[in-house]
Amino acid sequence: MSEKKTNRRDFLFTATYAVGAVGVGATIWPMIDQMNPDASVKALASTEVDVSAVNPGKTITVLWRGKPVFIRRRTQDEIAEARSVKLEDLKHPEKDEDRAANPEWLVMLGVCTHLGCVPLDQKGEYNGWFCPCHGSHYDISGRIRKGPAPTNMEIPKYEFVNANTIKIG
Amino acid sequence: MSDHEYTPKSKFGKWFNDRLPLLTLANHLTDYPTPKNLNYWWTFGGILTFCLITQIVTGLVLAMHYIAHADMAFDSVEHIMRDVNYGWLIRYIHANGASMFFLAVYIHIFRSLFYGSYKAPREIIWIIGIIIYLLMMAAAFLGYVLPWGQMSFWGATVITNLFSAIPLVGEGIVTWLWGGYSVDNPTLTRFFTLHYLIPFLILGLVVLHIWALHVPGNNNPVGIDIKKPSKDTVPFHPYIVIKDGFALLMFMIVFAFFVFYTPNILGHADNYIEANPLVTPAHIVPEWYLLPFYAILRSVPDKLLGVVAMLSAILILAALPWLDTSKIRSAVFRPLYRQFYWILVADVLILGYVGAMPAEGLYLLVARVATAYYFLHFLVILPVLGWKEKTLPIPLSITEPILGGSPNLATAKNKESLNK
Amino acid sequence: MKNFFKIFSFIILFSGLSLSTQAAEKVEYLKTDWSFKGLFGKFDRAALQRGYQVYTEVCSSCHSMKYLSYRNLAEKGGPEFSIEQAKAIAASFEVKDGPNSDGDMFTRPGRLSDKFVMPYDNVQAAQAANGGAYPPDMSVLVKARGGGVDYIYSLLQGYEDPPAGVILDDGVYYNKYMYGNKIKMANQLSDGLVEYSDGTIASVEQMSKDVTTFLMWSAEPHLESRHQMGFKAIVYLIILTILVYFSMKRIWSRIETEV
Repeated sequence: MSEKKTNRRDFLFTATYAVGAVGVGATIWPMIDQMNPDASVKALASTEVDVSAVNPGKTITVLWRGKPVFIRRRTQDEIAEARSVKLEDLKHPEKDEDRAANPEWLVMLGVCTHLGCVPLDQKGEYNGWFCPCHGSHYDISGRIRKGPAPTNMEIPKYEFVNANTIKIG
Repeated sequence: MSDHEYTPKSKFGKWFNDRLPLLTLANHLTDYPTPKNLNYWWTFGGILTFCLITQIVTGLVLAMHYIAHADMAFDSVEHIMRDVNYGWLIRYIHANGASMFFLAVYIHIFRSLFYGSYKAPREIIWIIGIIIYLLMMAAAFLGYVLPWGQMSFWGATVITNLFSAIPLVGEGIVTWLWGGYSVDNPTLTRFFTLHYLIPFLILGLVVLHIWALHVPGNNNPVGIDIKKPSKDTVPFHPYIVIKDGFALLMFMIVFAFFVFYTPNILGHADNYIEANPLVTPAHIVPEWYLLPFYAILRSVPDKLLGVVAMLSAILILAALPWLDTSKIRSAVFRPLYRQFYWILVADVLILGYVGAMPAEGLYLLVARVATAYYFLHFLVILPVLGWKEKTLPIPLSITEPILGGSPNLATAKNKESLNK
Repeated sequence: MKNFFKIFSFIILFSGLSLSTQAAEKVEYLKTDWSFKGLFGKFDRAALQRGYQVYTEVCSSCHSMKYLSYRNLAEKGGPEFSIEQAKAIAASFEVKDGPNSDGDMFTRPGRLSDKFVMPYDNVQAAQAANGGAYPPDMSVLVKARGGGVDYIYSLLQGYEDPPAGVILDDGVYYNKYMYGNKIKMANQLSDGLVEYSDGTIASVEQMSKDVTTFLMWSAEPHLESRHQMGFKAIVYLIILTILVYFSMKRIWSRIETEV
């Protein structure tokens, strides 16, 4: 068999394998993608909450995308405390001003950034939240101060539709 | 099983293979000596394996989104069709995949009938095949119930009521099957469970089917025993793999056409109406692949005997290796059998056609004649043929009909086409 | 290879047979050109938007479409209203929601994620309001009727006076395309019944075609991507088949056997 012939055969087999592999990949993708959030789940991205009944010093918990969102109406003392913390004392430095644009209202995802438990309200060494699973302490701005959690509790996208209604998402 | 001892080359391979001979198995499967004269009717075994895997994979995916509850099943199917990413694609593959599966299995069965593949020493392969076929019908029926449309509901009602034909205990069995006094939520959930289970039973039986095949090796169009490995055989890989692959791709083109362009043509419109226990659809028809048996069921005027006839029509196949008394396997060398074979094919197609038509007048008459002939073929014609038929001389080796001892390939080809 | 084409033609023949038995009970339906038929079939956007208008203004007072959401109206492959238009459409409906924190149900303007508002709370209410006949949900209606789009299209235009000898009860109408010719829905369409914003003349025929197109989309919202993907898949399979065919020839050329 001449060398040229061998090359052509190699090319034919390589091309067949390559085209076949593309097809296998294209077939597998739908089987994987079907587990991603479907169109109806994606459509439920926002929820509106009436906060007129929340008094200062109280927290309500609402469900958003299957997860708890803490909405706390903070007292003046709490705001002062949250804003006085020095950034260098923080494990994950973030200003309270950036976390709560309207200082009276703290809206955050009530999910510990360690392994996903829901922290307890007004517990822990920093007077904020305390996660019972592995002992992470958060301050009144939801920032991690002590324990295994790596980052502050997440602030979701939200806006005040009017003075009494918050739209999350 | 293997004709030569296999020793892995690498040290680790040898260590592993001594403890679990997976490499020996892989080597057996790639080197497996296959008759080199297998024609394309033999590619349907590979196609069926593909069908089974496709049904299992798409079925697993659908089960992630489907809700087996009488109030939610229909909605969840629509949810799959509308919202789940690629859900429509996966469901249409699964629904049409059932039809393609049966299409392939019928070709596979009729290939076996033509070439006498069920005869000694392959009876066990054949009987396992019949069990697989029965389980396929069960799985297809159970699966058809799951979307909880009108055909699902009434199909389930009619088929489960077949059991009420059993004397004395029939009614009790039907109530037990339903888990209530009609087809309802308990029925749906158990059907879902069984529909999930059966494909894995089939998978296990397929392994046995192939195992039993690898003991005597494949039959072939000439139907004579061959030495293996020899000049009459080729290793399974790459020769048969590539040939099966080519046939599979052609099959997939047809499959794709159904899925993408006429996905509902093989289904029934009534199944897009949610199940309603108060209204029966005007025509209850099973899926096309069950129609011949449905025709047999309806052709017998007695309830119990109808069910018995239908079941016998399937079970009689299991006795086929002993009903066919001819020592010659391939119909190529059986001029009379060949004609009766094609009459049987026509008979089954006619049964399928009248099964789709209303059971009245001429249709009913045709169905009765066709049913009678079906049993006649297996119970009378086959045994008598083996005894009476004058068969053609069979060649000594499969190379003979192909090359015919002739150095010229063209004449050999002519001879081959004469043999068909 | 010859043998192979025998098998292949057998499969095609079988497919043909299965199609023809499906079409057993034949009724001659009215014919029209559907843009969504064929290998590259697509929906006519304007017809879908008009069809939605007919559905909302005429059909929706009795027929629900429970599997559709307002968001679908803006999705690709559908009527493709803009997001703003779809939001406005959704907001024009009052949606029942709740319970709120006091445990009461309340109504609010619809959102994209809401399902189409249903005309009746349940099947029984629908039957009570329609003389015992339940106006079927229209989401998958096209797929739930043997004749498909042609049947719906014809039915909408098939009302006529009953032939002599046919006596109709109160609230039953004669339609030459209905199974059994008796239908409990009165003729709903008349020329100029709706006013199309795109200036199309709203003849009965036009409205029937538009609303049927809309129903086809609602039953098969992914039809366009199905056709597109199908074409790609089949072209791909043909290319791979050709490659495998030549590879097979090459491999089998090592031994003296035809393949």
